[in-house]
Amino acid sequence: MELVYIAASLMIGLGALGTGIGFAILGGKLLESTARQPELGDQLQTKTFLMAGLLDAVPMIGVGIAMYLIFVVAG
Amino acid sequence: MAAGSDNTAANYIQHHLQNLTFGHHPENGWSLAHGAEEAREMGFWAIHLDTMGWSIAMGVLFIWLFRKAGKMATTGVPGPLQNVVEMIIEFVELTVRGAFHGRNPVIAPLALTLFVWIFLMNLLKLVPVDYAPELFARLGIEYMKLVPTTDPNATLGMAIGVFGLIIYYSLKVKGVGGFAKELSLTPFNHWSLIPFNLVMEVIGLLVKPLSLGLRLFGNMFAGEVIFILIALLPFWVMWTLNVPWAIFHILVITLQAFIFTVLSVVYLSQAHEHH
Repeated sequence: MELVYIAASLMIGLGALGTGIGFAILGGKLLESTARQPELGDQLQTKTFLMAGLLDAVPMIGVGIAMYLIFVVAG
Repeated sequence: MAAGSDNTAANYIQHHLQNLTFGHHPENGWSLAHGAEEAREMGFWAIHLDTMGWSIAMGVLFIWLFRKAGKMATTGVPGPLQNVVEMIIEFVELTVRGAFHGRNPVIAPLALTLFVWIFLMNLLKLVPVDYAPELFARLGIEYMKLVPTTDPNATLGMAIGVFGLIIYYSLKVKGVGGFAKELSLTPFNHWSLIPFNLVMEVIGLLVKPLSLGLRLFGNMFAGEVIFILIALLPFWVMWTLNVPWAIFHILVITLQAFIFTVLSVVYLSQAHEHH
């Protein structure tokens, strides 16, 4: 049963790694392009949030499954 | 809490994560489940009554609110309800206009329904964790999981509905032959690579509803578990954690409803593409 905890922490940790790097690149690009063309700032922000939600998807699924494993499977 | 269970943290969490399941138990007959194992033994055809009830309630609330705003609509100075409803409708219209490149009168109402319904169901998440289960426990109902979108049945159900629409419109706009040709000849336009194309395209097609449903479920379920975990802390610590998480969650709720809507519209737009 202890392996379940290691599995869950691997899932959450690696997902967080990917999300962190992805959001960082996305945010950096937003800042660059807003500095280049401030009048598009609002539109770019909307699209950034959209992309952030999409990036979040698979890591969140991983977190959901990991939580399920910890609290329901491993009691 | 529930009669007869010991008040450990694990039991509290499991109690709050258990849906109100109604089905045919092999021993107890048609009844409500009294625990996770009983719910599992009821098999596939057991229904989560709380999910069904709250999702239908939110749907009725959405229809009633928007109908009331539509009937009371004036060209004079608008009231607050009309303002909010108009803002939402214009927002959805802007989104659909940007994302949908076909000609179909069903898409914009569908997008509006998805957005507002999912947003209302997600909004139930901000009700404090213990209120609904305690209230219903006093009425004699043992389990009550308030947010329908934390149930993968609800989110995958909606995603499969959208998937059905994708297949229907693909077949209607492209014809069965055109659809099959697109599936088998898309990345590589050569007859020898048809099996490869088919595998890639079918997997791509099946991933769409799966990712739609699971994305919403994962976000909401993880948020719910964290709310429950925060509820286990001593009361003087609870606020410092709960307030930022709830504020962040307001963003997540809206964002996830929006993403579900936009992705459904984009997939339906892809289904309407002619070459």
